[in-house]
This record gives sequence, C-alpha cells and structure tokens, in this order.
Amino acid sequence: MSFQDITFYFFATVLVASALGVITARNPVHAALLLVLAFFTCAGLWLLLQAEFLAITLVLVYVGAVMVLFLFVVMMLDINLDRLREGFWKWFPFGALLALVMAAEMAMVLMGRKFSASQMPAPPARAADYSNTKELGRLIYTEYVYAFELAAVILLVAIVAAIALTLRRRTGPRFLDPSQQVKVKRADRVRMVSMPSEKKE
Amino acid sequence: MEYAQQLFGQFFGTEWGPALFSLTKNLVLIVAIVLPLLLGVAYLTLAERKIIAFMQIRVGPNRVTFFGIPWLAGWGQPIADAVKALMKEIIIPNGANKALFIMAPILTIAPALAAWAVVPFSPEMVLADINAGLLYILAMTSMGVYGVIIAGWASNSKYAFLGAMRSAAQVVSYELAMGFALVCVLMLSHSLNLGDIVKGQEGGSFINWYLIPLFPMFLVYFISGVAETNRAPFDVAEGESEIVAGFHVEYSGMAFTVFFLAEYANMILVATLASLIFLGGWLPPLNIAPFTLIPGFIWLLLKIAFLLFFFLWFRATFPRYRYDQIMRLGWKVFIPITLVWIVLLGAVMQLPPSFLNAFPLNLWFH
Repeated sequence: MSFQDITFYFFATVLVASALGVITARNPVHAALLLVLAFFTCAGLWLLLQAEFLAITLVLVYVGAVMVLFLFVVMMLDINLDRLREGFWKWFPFGALLALVMAAEMAMVLMGRKFSASQMPAPPARAADYSNTKELGRLIYTEYVYAFELAAVILLVAIVAAIALTLRRRTGPRFLDPSQQVKVKRADRVRMVSMPSEKKE
Repeated sequence: MEYAQQLFGQFFGTEWGPALFSLTKNLVLIVAIVLPLLLGVAYLTLAERKIIAFMQIRVGPNRVTFFGIPWLAGWGQPIADAVKALMKEIIIPNGANKALFIMAPILTIAPALAAWAVVPFSPEMVLADINAGLLYILAMTSMGVYGVIIAGWASNSKYAFLGAMRSAAQVVSYELAMGFALVCVLMLSHSLNLGDIVKGQEGGSFINWYLIPLFPMFLVYFISGVAETNRAPFDVAEGESEIVAGFHVEYSGMAFTVFFLAEYANMILVATLASLIFLGGWLPPLNIAPFTLIPGFIWLLLKIAFLLFFFLWFRATFPRYRYDQIMRLGWKVFIPITLVWIVLLGAVMQLPPSFLNAFPLNLWFH
C-alpha cells in the first residue's frame, strides 16, 4: 500500500461516514455540517485525481457559499422532528424504489464490463506544469461554448424567476436615498439666526 | 537537505522514504511559516493599540517590559495578554452545543492559517507552488465564515446568533465583489499562480504594478477585505453597542483568543494578498541601486505593514456602517463596478496587437 492509497482510503472512509451521518443525524444543523465535511473530503478525493480546479471550485462554491446559505436557513427554521418523522412509513416504498434504482445504476457502472479497469486504463500522468484550469477554460469557451452559454442563460432565467416569485411590492415603505443624503448641504438643515444676547437684569 | 532525504530512504525503504521525507519537510516548513505569523499577530495587536492610542492622543500600553529594561516598555504587552488568556477559564454556557462550541474557534483559525500555504514570500520561498493558488486562497477564506456561524448557533444566545447571521450575510456578499476583482487580475496576468502574478508585474518600476491599470479593483478588493475580516467600519458582526460582542459574546479565555488570532491572521492575509497582487509583491518600487539592495522579502514586509496600517487607521477614523448600507455598498456599488471593469478590460485585451504593444498599454499587457 503506498502513501497515495492510504490518503485515498482515509478520505473515502471520512466521506462515507459523513455521508451516512447526513441522513442519520437527528439534529438538522449537524446533518448540514456533516454534508459540509462530505463536500470537503470529496474535494480531497478529486485532488487525488489531479482535478485541482474542480476540487477547489467545489470547496469555493458548495462549501463556501451554498452550504452557508443552507445552514443559515436550517438554523433559522424551527424544525419539528416528530412531524417530519410522521410520514416516514407513508413515503418508505417510494424511497425504497429510488434507492433500488440508484443501486442498480451503480452496479451497472461498477460491475459492468464496459467500465472495468481493463477497458478504462488510468490516464497518462501529466507534466508538473500542466494547468487543469487553462485546459477546462479552453474546452468550455471553444468546443462546448453553446452548451455553456445555454446553461448560463437557464441559470439567469432561474434567478429572475426566483426574484419575481418572491418579490412583493409593499405600499408605503420608506427608503433612504444615499445620493440625496450625500448631497445635503448645511444650509438645507440649519438656519443660522443672529440674535443679540440678552442683558442681565 | 539531501543527506536527510537519504537518511529517510535508509530508515523507511524506497517506497515510504520519499513520502515520509516530504511530509516531515512540509511540517517543518509549516511551523516556520506559522510561528512568525502568530508572532506577527501578537505584535499587530500591540501596534493597533499603540497607533489608535496616538491617533486619539493617548499613550497606549507602556508598562509591561522584558527583564525591567525601560526602553522596551510596552513590548511585553502581547505576551502578558497571551498568558492572561491561557490562565482564564473557558466557560461553556448552559444549553450550548458543547462539541460545536469548542470546534467553532478552531474552524475559524484553521482556514486563516491554511491559506498561507500558497503565499510566495520571494521568488523561491513558497511552501506549495500550485497552479491554482489564487483559487485556493479564495476557497480557504470562504471557509472562515463557518466558525462564525457555528459559534453563533452553538452558543445558545440571541446576541451571538444575531452576530453570526449578520456576519454570514456580509461575508457571502463581499466575497462576490472580491472574486470579481481578482478575475481582473488573472485576466491581466494569464495565471492563477501567485508567483506568476507577481512576475507579471516585473518591468522596472512601480508603474508596471497592477495597482495602476486596476486601481478601482484595488479599492474594491481592499475594502471587501476589510469587510470580510469583520473589521471596523464593517464590524456589525461584533457591534458592541448593539449586540454586545456579536458571535463571540459567550466565549472566554483561550477560546475567545483564538477568534481574535484568526481575525488578525486574516487581516495580515488580506494585506499580503493585496501587496502581492496589486503592489508587486517582493519587487522594489524602482529597479535602481538603493532600492534593489534591499532584499525582496523586506519589500514585501514593508508593503504588508503599509496596508495593515490602513486597517488600523480605518478603525480609528470611520464610524460603523449601518447594516443596510453595508449590503448596498456590496451589492449595488462594488459588484456593478467590478463587472464593468471586467468588460472594459476584456475589450482592451481584444484590441489589435499594434495598440497593446504601444505605450502605455505595453506596460501591463505582455
């Protein structure tokens, strides 16, 4: 067993354990934090595959932004665990079916002959100055530019839709206009009055 | 160094020797980076107290000294503070989530220290010379917010929770502007490697530094950096007049000190990155005799100290932003500015080569 193997098994064990923790933890905040750990170890595994751009982006986007907002919401919500557990047996057949389909799909990939190690040899080792980022950028903006732009437009539509759905116009809210605040001169607010001082009796 | 490598090879065999050697070497190098950094943090607190004191016409700490030497008066203060913090009890409040409560300070300081792995101190002095260095630093600094959120939630206190919420929203919004400002830098330098970014600013004088073509981005980056580290005037997460001390109100002793250390380590990190990316890192301002005699590492330290002074100056000068003003500045001012600048820079880069190779554009576009 080499050093790389040990690193892989360490990451893999932590990943599986934390992923199990996500679905078994009673406290939703703990579950969300375990999901963060799962993403982080997953990024470690991707680093072992020399996909440093994807690994760091996973940490940057999912750990640094998405999960923060997730945690934000989970902490604010007052989640009633008993009510969540009520529907467990009602939804169990559906969940079991989903799990079965997923297990079958994974078996097709892992046990099938098309994806075996002899069919898919390890890619040749890259030179030390090989830039993953540059290569991905070149592919995205040349060969797959239409797919990429389409995805961008779809995401933009989703953002606009989300804002449009939640935007409510309130009547009579009071706003401060910073540009007007900055523009205020002393003369607009204060009136200097010249008054002779009163004489002492 | 090679002798040590051979020694490892003899002890652990050909398969394990190199791996264990690089592990040991890296551990020693990490200690060599973290120890001076923590010392820098300790003396940054002293510098902050002294500088703010002078700005407010006070004297600041001037008692604690080493071995009774009078002219060192005040210099022992950070050490005395550290000893005091170590002696204090760490109080865990009733109803707090114990494990997360203890973990939160660790989660704050770990990314603050981990980000230093890719920082180059001179052309050769860098622990991990990776291609995606800038991305790595962005990822690490974005992890820092977890410590704050977890601290706020695990404390089981309303003040702490409010502070954590404020901090989370603030950090997430300013990260965007920060990232966009850095996109401009990597458009100019064609690289995510911090060493290459500094090398892209070589050319003889300070005019070649990215500060000149990206001046608005420098301002956006630096102000976002102040906001990211929750420093005044963006310190609503602590807001001692509104929510006592924000997310770390329930922390005491060393647990509080770790938050404190992380804040200052992050300040030094932001200043270091700004000086590497915009101020030419280890490059001297003019490539002529008196300046080139000073080693590059000293130039970097001078630039970091110069930017850190601004952090302290801001704190002594500006009143705290109101929360909605912070959000407005981040979303409605900084992000549009950075987006416009990215498009502008892209347009300039598409100019015909005859323009790019002519003065003044040839100073920055290689």
